[in-house]
Amino acid sequence: MNILVGISQVPDTATKIVISADGKSIDTKGVKFILNPYDEFAIEEGLRLREKHGGSVTVVSIGADTAKEILRTGLAMGADKAVLVKGDAVDSFIVADNLSAIAKDISADIVILGRQSIDFDSFQVAPMVAEILGWPSVTFVSSLNVDGSAISAERDIEGGKESVTTSLPCVLSAQKGLNDPRYPKLPDIMKAKSKPIEERASSSAAPRVSVQSMELPAAKGKGKIFGDSDQDIAEVVRLLREEAKVI
Amino acid sequence: MTIIAFLEAQDNKLKKTAFETLTAARGAGSEHKVIGVLLNGTPEQMQEAAEYGLTECVNVTHDILNIFSPAAVASALAQVAESENADLVLLAATIHGKEVGPRLAVRLQAGYIPDAVALAISGSDVSATHPVYAGKARVSLKIETAKKVVSLRPNVFTAKKVDAPASPVARSFAPSLGTGDAKAPVSSVSRNTGKLDVAEAEIIVSGGRGLKGPEHFYLVEELASTLGAAVGASRAVVDAGWRPHSEQVGQTGKTVSPNLYVACGISGAVQHLAGMSSSRYILAVNKDKDAPIFQTADYGLVGDVFEILPKLTKKISETVQH
Ligand SMILES: Cc1cc2nc3c(=O)[nH]c(=O)nc-3n(C[C@H](O)[C@H](O)[C@H](O)COP(=O)(O)OP(=O)(O)OC[C@H]3O[C@@H](n4cnc5c(N)ncnc54)[C@H](O)[C@@H]3O)c2cc1C
Repeated sequence: MNILVGISQVPDTATKIVISADGKSIDTKGVKFILNPYDEFAIEEGLRLREKHGGSVTVVSIGADTAKEILRTGLAMGADKAVLVKGDAVDSFIVADNLSAIAKDISADIVILGRQSIDFDSFQVAPMVAEILGWPSVTFVSSLNVDGSAISAERDIEGGKESVTTSLPCVLSAQKGLNDPRYPKLPDIMKAKSKPIEERASSSAAPRVSVQSMELPAAKGKGKIFGDSDQDIAEVVRLLREEAKVI
Repeated sequence: MTIIAFLEAQDNKLKKTAFETLTAARGAGSEHKVIGVLLNGTPEQMQEAAEYGLTECVNVTHDILNIFSPAAVASALAQVAESENADLVLLAATIHGKEVGPRLAVRLQAGYIPDAVALAISGSDVSATHPVYAGKARVSLKIETAKKVVSLRPNVFTAKKVDAPASPVARSFAPSLGTGDAKAPVSSVSRNTGKLDVAEAEIIVSGGRGLKGPEHFYLVEELASTLGAAVGASRAVVDAGWRPHSEQVGQTGKTVSPNLYVACGISGAVQHLAGMSSSRYILAVNKDKDAPIFQTADYGLVGDVFEILPKLTKKISETVQH
């Protein structure tokens, strides 16, 4: 089974976001970058599929040279190959276009991504890749069973779960709970440092959206904070009803 | 411009987000034409949508659409958009919408803006604002292609009824769909019966580690039931096994934007704020006056949840009854 896992490098969840001077992106000075947390589930699922069905796992990231770091994490976890597509990942369509091109090149049977990349939170690459390739897709997958080429999966929906049956080739996006990602072992981390990372140029697709501006959310006015007396509680209830009009 | 508003239904009823989508489309201004699109819609659905300003409607009819498959829905919508020569398709960023929108965009060779919290249409230009970095920033994106698709974050665009609903002009459309188009159809659905989900609730009462143990969550549940609210949780209490993951709000849980979010014994870590900071109003109950949650809260009660919650529940139930 040829397994392709798309991964991205994102600011650590605790990062304080500062807008850069161009007003269109974040200032990356001093920002710690990590492997997108959902992509850990995607890599782990790819490795488990390989362990069960044979084949190989290729991890790919679209981004700057610094993304090699997360590709090495993928290799240390056990991926067979790593590919860096040098390009700007701001437009998700370009990410999807590149991923589908690589999926074709390596004759992938399955493409696994994280449910969302926690930088742009766009939730769009998996369905786009599937549509470009003409494949089925299942997003937000919290449980997966692959039997031959038959797939049954469960996905989280509002207020419940949905079961989906489909078949390979297929695109999946991993939700938390799909598995428990392994920690790479020290010798594997060392070995991954000297493994080759293939570099590719980005596809020539034109961006379909452009960034006009980026800003911090409008600061909230100071909240009305009270103590714990009966009067305080009564006042908050009054405000909820008369000022906010939410109860 | 011709704008298509996709009106999503579930169990034969239009979702609340369908009315939000319709309202957002109408909000673009009367110089634009708005067409509501239903899949195997019913006269009741059309009538209900009329109350929110539906005047023109395309009812897409095909057996394949009775079972949700993102590829089939995207194909059907793309065919309608082409036949109506639509410039912009709006849909709700529900779980299904998040899978249909990007597929539709690829089909229409359209630029796509996901999960928008603000929409600006001027002439033939469409731009929208979308929260990024877990809500810590907002990016304004402009679509550069002739065809455009935008999905709207649920519960952000308020659905507004019109004063004098008209009877919508409706026509049917039979898309060309084969069984091969129904990729990855849903085979069964299980709903958490009797429980309101945080993703759909207008009020959420969440509890955190300050509750001290799962046995005390009845305090949160009682307040929630008084308010007709869903119960949410912080990751700390989900990881501890006190509450199911389906209730987790935050970066690795659900993103919610209810009218009112009540945080009880939750410190307000950035990863929690990521999931709820776009709520309209936030009430925090926490014994630590310096807890970060108070910086995002509109209202706060500083004190012990064990004392405050029963009193708050009682006061609200008296107030709401009168
Ligand atoms: C990658 C990553 C992803 C994460 N994703 C999420 C996520 O999706 N959702 C999420 O919630 N967290 C997430 N977290 C965890 C987050 O950082 C916090 O650890 C978590 O939100 C803390 O939960 P809490 O507020 O319940 O607990 P605590 O931080 O321990 O806060 C408990 C609060 O209760 C108050 N308290 C204690 N006793 C009482 C009392 N008797 N009365 C009133 N108040 C009291 C305390 O003052 C304190 O403020 C994530 C972390 C990481 C690293």
